Amino acid sequence: MKFVKNATAGSLESNDIRVMVMENENAGIEIELESVVEKQFGKQIRKVIIETLEKLQIDNVKIIATDKGALDYTIKARVACAVYRACDIEEDFKWEVFN
Amino acid sequence: MERLRRTMMFVPGNNPAMIKDAGIYGADSLMFDLEDAVAISEKDSARFLVHNAIKTLNYGDTELVVRINGLDTPFGRNDIEAAVRAGVDVIRLPKTETKEDILAVEAVIEEVERKIGREVGSTRMMAAIEGAMGVINAYSIASASKRLVAIALGAEDYVTNLKTKRYPDGMELMGARSQIVIAARAAGIYALDTVYSDVDNEEGFKREVELIKQLGFDGKSVINPKQIKPVHEIYAPTAQEIRKSSDIVSAARAAQKEGLGVISLNGKMIDKPIIERAERLLQLAKAVGLYKEGMENEE
Repeated sequence: MKFVKNATAGSLESNDIRVMVMENENAGIEIELESVVEKQFGKQIRKVIIETLEKLQIDNVKIIATDKGALDYTIKARVACAVYRACDIEEDFKWEVFN
Repeated sequence: MERLRRTMMFVPGNNPAMIKDAGIYGADSLMFDLEDAVAISEKDSARFLVHNAIKTLNYGDTELVVRINGLDTPFGRNDIEAAVRAGVDVIRLPKTETKEDILAVEAVIEEVERKIGREVGSTRMMAAIEGAMGVINAYSIASASKRLVAIALGAEDYVTNLKTKRYPDGMELMGARSQIVIAARAAGIYALDTVYSDVDNEEGFKREVELIKQLGFDGKSVINPKQIKPVHEIYAPTAQEIRKSSDIVSAARAAQKEGLGVISLNGKMIDKPIIERAERLLQLAKAVGLYKEGMENEE
């Protein structure tokens, strides 16, 4: 998948996470995370973001995430949505990302 | 007893907090909405969220329904794919007007089922009737597919289509409601009533639930958790109804044993439809935990 633009998905409502996705040429996965539960769950949130990106086969990306207490199911959905938006893909999604 | 569908709670498809908590209020069915509750710009994000919620969160035995966007929008196909792949119980079509609408959605559902190896026919369907044409075609819609479990009235669009509005007494909906119940019964499926939007008007809500129960509906769409309990209370059989039904069923069984065709109970003739109604009431009472076989002898 090829990035054609920066994109965002999610919101700053409670239990949600806003994920912004930017191309990060040859610089690997970089995550900037701000979370209301950073101390307790920061590591886990990062892990879920990275796993989702790996399943989407995205190697070079910068993520800016603002978390408001999202559960894993929400984090995965928002990351995938932001990536698809950034790549301008509107169908034939890799549903196995959510397995 | 078949599944209870007294309450179907609408859950906006792009709201993680509401999706997460939706299962705790005791609704018989949850309907995750990808249609009217989701802004055009968020159709994709809601679809991913609902898909992943259904796959991940534990809603117990609650029936899970996804309301898709119509196939006449750019979103319908992807919505169906997301819902079927997630293993949803029921796909709800909005604004159904003809049986062809059902068949078109069914074809896409079947295509996805085959693609992912899900048993063909295991995804059920529900059709919302929201306009004059849908009401006219109610029976042909209700009998269009074996997948259909229910038809439902969507009143807001319907009253607009009829050039009226919703009134407190609901007279403007009488024709559509009757037609939908009759069509559902003729097709052997459930009939579900529309939402009541004035969440703070508990009295008005209860009156409406009494009315739709009287008309024969199996249940009502609800938009707030606090609307669930009143519906379940109104639909619960009373102790007196249970006692009477139990007497009728016992008398019918005794008569059957003795080979009697006509039954009389307390001087009144009891015939087949009365027995059927009594049996159905006892089944409902059993399903909601108000009755168990033989309890009348325990006192």
